[in-house]
Amino acid sequence: MFSVQTFGDTGKMKDYHYTGPVEHRFSPYAFNGGTVLAVAGEDFAIVASDTRLSEGYSIHSRDSPKCYKLTDTTVIGCSGFHGDCLTLTKIIDARLKMYKHSNNKTMTSGAIAAMLSTILYGRRFFPYYVYNIIGGLDEEGKGAVYSFDPVGSYQRDTYKAGGSASAMLQPLLDNQIGFKNMEGVQHVPLTQDKAVQLVKDVFISAAERDVYTGDALRVCIITKEGIDEQTVALRKD
Amino acid sequence: MALFEVSGFRSYSEVRGRQTHLADRTNHYNFGTKTQEFAVPVGVDPSGFLKTCNHDGGVCIDMNHGTTTLAFKFRHGVIVAVDSRASAGRYLASNDVNKVIEINPYLLGTMSGSAADCQYWERLLAKECRLYRLRNNHRISVAAASKLLCNMMLGYRGMGLSVGSMICGWDKQGPGLYYVDDNGTRLSGRMFSTGCGNGYAYGVIDSGYREDMTVEEAYELGRRGIAHATHRDAYSGGVVNTLYHNKDGWIKVCKEDVSELIHRYRKGMF
Repeated sequence: MFSVQTFGDTGKMKDYHYTGPVEHRFSPYAFNGGTVLAVAGEDFAIVASDTRLSEGYSIHSRDSPKCYKLTDTTVIGCSGFHGDCLTLTKIIDARLKMYKHSNNKTMTSGAIAAMLSTILYGRRFFPYYVYNIIGGLDEEGKGAVYSFDPVGSYQRDTYKAGGSASAMLQPLLDNQIGFKNMEGVQHVPLTQDKAVQLVKDVFISAAERDVYTGDALRVCIITKEGIDEQTVALRKD
Repeated sequence: MALFEVSGFRSYSEVRGRQTHLADRTNHYNFGTKTQEFAVPVGVDPSGFLKTCNHDGGVCIDMNHGTTTLAFKFRHGVIVAVDSRASAGRYLASNDVNKVIEINPYLLGTMSGSAADCQYWERLLAKECRLYRLRNNHRISVAAASKLLCNMMLGYRGMGLSVGSMICGWDKQGPGLYYVDDNGTRLSGRMFSTGCGNGYAYGVIDSGYREDMTVEEAYELGRRGIAHATHRDAYSGGVVNTLYHNKDGWIKVCKEDVSELIHRYRKGMF
């Protein structure tokens, strides 16, 4: 036992006792924050993410968006550990090229989702610490969103939020897009303008209450004409 | 093994002349497309590895989990009923997951435990069943399909997989129902329920089961079992998906929200 004497707030002497060696272990993961959101409409899809990259109490970058364009009709949003996000997107890009060269066509959103599931499961015992959401247009031109867990379980959704503020955003989306917990409301289909406005509002709310979300919002709108990117400022504190 | 030779099953690794292996660095040039590879953390037991990483500077890796599923045989066929909730730690990841995989029009697999494990291995099972059909010109039996899944599980026993699955089907021997889990347990039986809400489901279906039930009564029993289980188990919920399997194949019976079902039971309408 190692004892150290110091002065406390009241001016009296205090004793600190160390109880012995403490084990510190190397963790291969870090949490870099960030929130991602995707919404699917009748003929469009939106993938949005904030651009803050943080670690612990520090902010590494205010301009690190988490949406990555995969093909002309598909965008992926990855949040979690930035190192794994970068490696995973590189692997997906390489696999897309391999497919293009073998099959002479671009991968569809559904195919990319199924492929990502097996890529993630290949690391079942040492997972990629990444929460993925894919947004894009399916073969019929309808909006599609696919959400994943870190080891590859996935399903097709209409809307999904992932990342640090996901628990705050998902209930709001359930209410506004899914009309859950609302009585006597007409279920109007979501228009593109309304969806973009909703996404911006929802991120502004997230930045108010989640420390890891803020700085700026990058919105990618996918339609059959292509991918349109917008940047909106968020709280920088 | 005799079954392996008869079914023509050759694992992917044999065909390619290389063993499936667990690697600490996966083959970058092929990206795992030529052989099936699983990366493992170096020098650590894989099953406990994730628990040690959690809560280290905010790192929290939770996988989708949790379920109640049930299936039972009766005179007119097999009923399968599942809930639709997936939780990741304390967060509800989704309330409308599909937990039944339709392997072919005469074979169904249910999923409980870890969502990713079930989806991956049952999709692999569906691939093997399709290959069997193409090689042997007749459909695989339920016993053989469940044996294939069981052996996949045994290959990774002790590594932390979490799968509780029921393989239901109709083959030349009639209705088939097998329970397969991640320890390699494979049981044939008349009634099974899996998942964290299984105790509640067993209570309900045990008390209402009769071998000579009508088909409508059987639908209702399956629905009730899941509804009551979701009512009491926090990790089950969403909607009840009911399927019915007879000699002509399976059909989807209904998909009902559990809160509405419980509401109706309370009011005594059933």
